[in-house]
Amino acid sequence: MSIARETYVTGLGLSEVGVRLTRPPLLLTVDAIKEALADAGLTIDQIDGVSTYPGKSQGYTQFSPVGADELIEVLGINAKWYAGGGEVSSQLAALVAAAGAIRLGQARHVICFRTVYEAAALVRPEEYPSRFQPRVDGVQQWFLPFNAFSAANWIGQYAMRHVKKYGMTREQLAQIALTDSANAILNPRAAAITKKQLTMDDYMSSRMISSPFCLYDCDRFTDCSTVLILSAGDALGEVKSTPIRLAGMAGTANRHNWDQEEWVAAYTTGKELWKHTDYTVDDVDTVQLYDGFSFNAVTWLEGLGFCPVGEGSRFIEGGSRIARDGELPLNTNGGQLGAGRQHGFGFAHEAVSQLRGEAGPRQIPNNPKVAVATSGGGPLATALLFAKD
Amino acid sequence: MAFTRILPNLNSTNRDFWTGGAQGELRIMQCQDCKTHIHPPTLVCRHCLSDNVAPHAVSGAGQVDTYVINYQPWAPGMEVPFVVARVALDDAPGVIITSDIIGTPVDDVDIGMKVQVTFLQQEDVWLPLFEKAA
Repeated sequence: MSIARETYVTGLGLSEVGVRLTRPPLLLTVDAIKEALADAGLTIDQIDGVSTYPGKSQGYTQFSPVGADELIEVLGINAKWYAGGGEVSSQLAALVAAAGAIRLGQARHVICFRTVYEAAALVRPEEYPSRFQPRVDGVQQWFLPFNAFSAANWIGQYAMRHVKKYGMTREQLAQIALTDSANAILNPRAAAITKKQLTMDDYMSSRMISSPFCLYDCDRFTDCSTVLILSAGDALGEVKSTPIRLAGMAGTANRHNWDQEEWVAAYTTGKELWKHTDYTVDDVDTVQLYDGFSFNAVTWLEGLGFCPVGEGSRFIEGGSRIARDGELPLNTNGGQLGAGRQHGFGFAHEAVSQLRGEAGPRQIPNNPKVAVATSGGGPLATALLFAKD
Repeated sequence: MAFTRILPNLNSTNRDFWTGGAQGELRIMQCQDCKTHIHPPTLVCRHCLSDNVAPHAVSGAGQVDTYVINYQPWAPGMEVPFVVARVALDDAPGVIITSDIIGTPVDDVDIGMKVQVTFLQQEDVWLPLFEKAA
């Protein structure tokens, strides 16, 4: 592929990340966009595309309070291509769509964003009603009548399978939360989420939510907006940041429903990713793996081929391998367990920060060049490979 | 106020699944051409793409594919702990139903445990729950 049609991340933006913020979600989104534009050295007039996940939510607004339509209207973006939809292979599929448009020449600089307002909504139920209504349709009907309200129940069952089949222990699984917390402490944007570094004792003595998940295996509702600007290779002369190439993309689903025999799309997506790049798993310097629940990250390690299926818990045992100074630093911004439920986009943001060498106190050593970021991992999964090459 | 479960809206596609319990039947959609069971119920067979599908009463016997012990009350009045399990039905290959395992101490549930359907009526819905097989 010619360089002109390659896709690069050229701008990073992140709003205040908080719990029960009062700043409106539209303004959080604009905060993040302004930061990303300044980072890239672009103006809003140079933006000609918008991509978001999952578009503005209807009926459960806090899940996605700002959509592409509204953003284009409010900021007066002259869009030559845009998309915002939830029927995709999880959150980071919004970047895959934007990269596709750039490769086709439909757009040159695309704002990709994800805004969440799930924590603020909890204290303002009159403005943001609960999604739990007395009667439900669609996929929800197969879970809510059985009091399986949370993905902690759905994903927890796969974690339990690892406990029973492969002998995964709580002490092993804890390493995701402990690693995330140790990294989050060094991330100023995680300060509202992680105030004190988690210890093994904290973890082991915390209350159970959905066994084998305890409180610290579950991410926390957060209010924030995350932005990445994607640019075409032949538009890099217009930006001032260090461009990081989106070097490979994959997103798969088998069936959409959680009630299927084999559920973990992280496995199929992980394999698929390596078909779209000359890099191999051995080239990867850091991984930023979806951890809405700790176990998601374990399945991603297995799915991407860092270890065989069933070996993920032993791969992370003791935590040294996935620490910032280990052979495969994981979730260096704190992930969603440590830095809040940015819902997928935070992983791509951090992968780029690390490859640029601009991650501050949490920067990993030895000039990392290749990073993986993922989202989802259950029935739907997306994996992105980033490279400084 | 006593806790009441969230219920499905009934429609022509899902009604047999949610109301078969009135006759003591667990009804799973089945392709009448290739005999593949289809769950959640829908209008076409994912194996042969036939639209000749109809609900079919299965035995209600199955085994625990995997499970969690849920400790978190997700709504006021929800009694915990309870077991949420994926149940694989013996005579509907490939069908997995997420449900609850009732009537057994939560710590006694295990992967592979044999279970049998039982129904809990709430309003116009018969929820298929499962208990340890005799």
